[in-house]
Amino acid sequence: MTNPNPVSGSPDKEPATEAQEARGEARATPTAPAGDTERQVPATATKQPAAGEPRPSLGKLFLDNLWAANTVTVTVLAVVLAMLVGAVLIIVSDPEVLATYSYITARPADALNASWTVVSEAYANLFKGAIFDPDAVGFTAVMGPISETLTYTAPLVFTGLSVALAFRGGLFNIGAQGQATIGVILAAVAGFALPLPPGVHLLVALIAGALGGALWGFIPGILKARTGAHEVINTIMLNYVAIYFLSWIIIQGGVQNPDRADAISKPVDSSAQLPRLLGDNLRVHAGILLAVLATWFIAWLLNRSTLGFELRAVGENPDAARTAGISVTKTYVLVMATAGLLAGLGGSNMVLGSTANALTPLVIAQIGFDGILVALLGRVRPWGVLLAALLFGALQAGGNRMQSYSGISLELVTVLQALIVIFIAAPALVKAIFQLRAARAARLQTSLAKGW
Amino acid sequence: MEPGEIHALLGENGAGKSTLMNVLYGLYQPDEGEILVDGKPLKLKGPSDAIAAGIGMVHQHFMLVPVFTVAENVMLGAEQVRGPFAGILDRRRARREVAEVSERYNLRVDPDAVIEDLPVGIQQRVEIVKALTRDVDLLILDEPTAVLTPQETEELLTVMRSLKAAGKSIVFITHKLGEVKAIADRITVIRRGKTVGTAEPSASRDELAALMVGRSVRLTVDKKPAEPGKPILEIAGLVVDDDRQVRAVDGIDLTVRAGEVLGVAGVQGNGQTELIEAIMGLRPTLAGTVSLDGEVVNGWSTKKVLRAGVGYVPEDRSVDGLVKEFSVAENLVLDIYDRPPFGKGLSLKPDAIGKSAKERIEQFDIRTSSADAAVGTLSGGNQQKVIVARELSRPLKLFIAAQPTRGVDVGSIEFIHSRVIRERDIGTAVMVVSSELDEVIGLADRIAVMYRGRIIGIVGPDTPREEIGLLMAGITPDTATPTADSPANEDEA
Repeated sequence: MTNPNPVSGSPDKEPATEAQEARGEARATPTAPAGDTERQVPATATKQPAAGEPRPSLGKLFLDNLWAANTVTVTVLAVVLAMLVGAVLIIVSDPEVLATYSYITARPADALNASWTVVSEAYANLFKGAIFDPDAVGFTAVMGPISETLTYTAPLVFTGLSVALAFRGGLFNIGAQGQATIGVILAAVAGFALPLPPGVHLLVALIAGALGGALWGFIPGILKARTGAHEVINTIMLNYVAIYFLSWIIIQGGVQNPDRADAISKPVDSSAQLPRLLGDNLRVHAGILLAVLATWFIAWLLNRSTLGFELRAVGENPDAARTAGISVTKTYVLVMATAGLLAGLGGSNMVLGSTANALTPLVIAQIGFDGILVALLGRVRPWGVLLAALLFGALQAGGNRMQSYSGISLELVTVLQALIVIFIAAPALVKAIFQLRAARAARLQTSLAKGW
Repeated sequence: MEPGEIHALLGENGAGKSTLMNVLYGLYQPDEGEILVDGKPLKLKGPSDAIAAGIGMVHQHFMLVPVFTVAENVMLGAEQVRGPFAGILDRRRARREVAEVSERYNLRVDPDAVIEDLPVGIQQRVEIVKALTRDVDLLILDEPTAVLTPQETEELLTVMRSLKAAGKSIVFITHKLGEVKAIADRITVIRRGKTVGTAEPSASRDELAALMVGRSVRLTVDKKPAEPGKPILEIAGLVVDDDRQVRAVDGIDLTVRAGEVLGVAGVQGNGQTELIEAIMGLRPTLAGTVSLDGEVVNGWSTKKVLRAGVGYVPEDRSVDGLVKEFSVAENLVLDIYDRPPFGKGLSLKPDAIGKSAKERIEQFDIRTSSADAAVGTLSGGNQQKVIVARELSRPLKLFIAAQPTRGVDVGSIEFIHSRVIRERDIGTAVMVVSSELDEVIGLADRIAVMYRGRIIGIVGPDTPREEIGLLMAGITPDTATPTADSPANEDEA
């Protein structure tokens, strides 16, 4: 790892140097001339060309930036593309609309009208279910969609942050699902088993959930640090352990709800539940506030703390970090434990909030796996994760309405999410389709690929 | 280019040598202008066109599959098949071709050896064989000597001569003046993407260097006589293994005093890397002690060693020295980010980091668009200056520089050397490890020659090059025969 001993052939070194060269070559053309002008010309002369050029207007700058392949543009366009492909799927999956296509040459207007109706109605319902319904009357109805969106968003922020944080530290945390599962178990047990006063009870339950997740992240972290065991394999395996542990513990005495025969635990005491923010009729709860707080904290941790500096250095180049005196193994353990802690909090949200108040085998749904998508969609940046989680939350909330009002299956919403992620994960595709100028997006992609 | 000519392309890092050759090999498309082969313009869409036109290239970093054999690598991209069903690889034919080419040009390689087991010099030979089996007339060698030991370089030059004798033309890209003078028939100097002159190999080193950087540079280092003080680094009986659990450092005793430069010369792979990593706490020591200013530092963490006043320039800057995606400013505090004024408790102080970065960029003449630019966008020389700036920005007792100027352009070499000497003059103990003998001779006050994990001799800087060269090959003056268990040349055979 540290011995570039060329006489011996150093087999483990070759792939790295080749990869470096590949990257170097990609950059060679633009940087070589620029680097060279700097070399010879004194500092004052280099500034002249910039001063000589007329300053472009603000509007032009804005348009230029908009159309340059920056992450925001690519993300928005990826969503647009996904919705277009989604529209085709909606049309194809509706037999009535499809029927109009059998005589499209005779009466094209029929087919187009029918398609437009079904697609626009579906997306309108998506919008109404997720953000705002113009026909709604009364506070509850008006705020309902937002409340639903935020309710779905909160846990995804935590799991998304979990995956993103690990990613920045150079680790691929596939285990958010398992960490959230252990988190939800401990939070729920603390929530119904401990007789504590309100407030304290909630705090204890949250801490229990967080610690459970942290433990489940610590295990693959320490295995990676001590033995080099790959975290992807270990986190996947620990997911199974956690999920089946949940199934088992629900039906144990003292946990299972004595009034029920099916697999469901006792309900969490109301003293341990996250307070609802907009009254009892709306589901949105304090989890979303915790999520924003966590986002802010992780953003600070990554960019403004010594710990984050270590984490990023280890993530980008563990060899250089080690040489500079940073303990790579300690950082790996810390990263995984913190990632687990976040996922554990996400799991706690599922049982301490309004989504459910008791453990069931599917209590946390797919928040751990969705967290991977959220993290990638958010470009593994904390505030990006928050926005991505909002989008996923909105798709979920809107999808529910789309299903009940337009008769479009919830699976299609899942397909939409998948499409968005595919387009996001392939910025080159989006750029090629929209002919965007190359900018930062390509570089970001390489950072995404590095996790492996 | 004439047939049977060795044409050297000389230029600093980032001058555009490699870009030009990549265009010639069809990897990049030219924006303007054309390439003429035998008087006909040539349009290259990719490397396969170039190969068809008789152009072969050996890249700076080899394009070989490490787990394949030599023959398999040679046929890669032009696989021959046999049998009634196309798809059975004709390994026999590939091996025959390899054997033929090795025979014809006197390039000894074993067709059945697996690439990852071969030393770098032989791997390069495989690349050359690979190009030759494609029937090329023009061979491009992109900085072929950057990764080679002096002996391997010598062998490569011999190979080039025999290729020349066989009528092949060679474009030899480099920034090492000595090699150019030794082998080239014609020299073209490139600077900032333009041809700035052609020269005959008879031109002096100083003339060539001046052409390369556009001004005259001093290749020798001006320095006052050293004033050695008390011992700072004391190594006694140190034993260290390399990554494969093979003894790399085998009982070394070494002292570096304050205010002197100890040069460690030696062919790469004789334990220098492991020696330094052991001092830095990056590699466990099996026996012996390392003391810094009287304190035994074995078993200390790297952080503790650095904090005790050791500056370290690692030999592979892109792997161990820099985080390429980090900004220049961040790289400048990579090992002191958690110390005031850059960090306090858990929080970083970006203002202090930025301010200090601006000062360092000024002081160390780092050419970058801004302190926030990713360090990977800088040229090799400027990347190295970032590391040197980082390590020399705090009070040091000991400064260890491993290959401080490898892959660095002439202008930056001069600057880095003067900084090393300045550090010596303020009373720091300096240890320079380099496989460039010129560098060691130029900088050091005492030269320790390492061979097979031992210090085979410590000599003064006025010792003739030849004598040091012999020491590097394991031959001590008293014995005049190869020491130890086996002769040095067996390594290469």
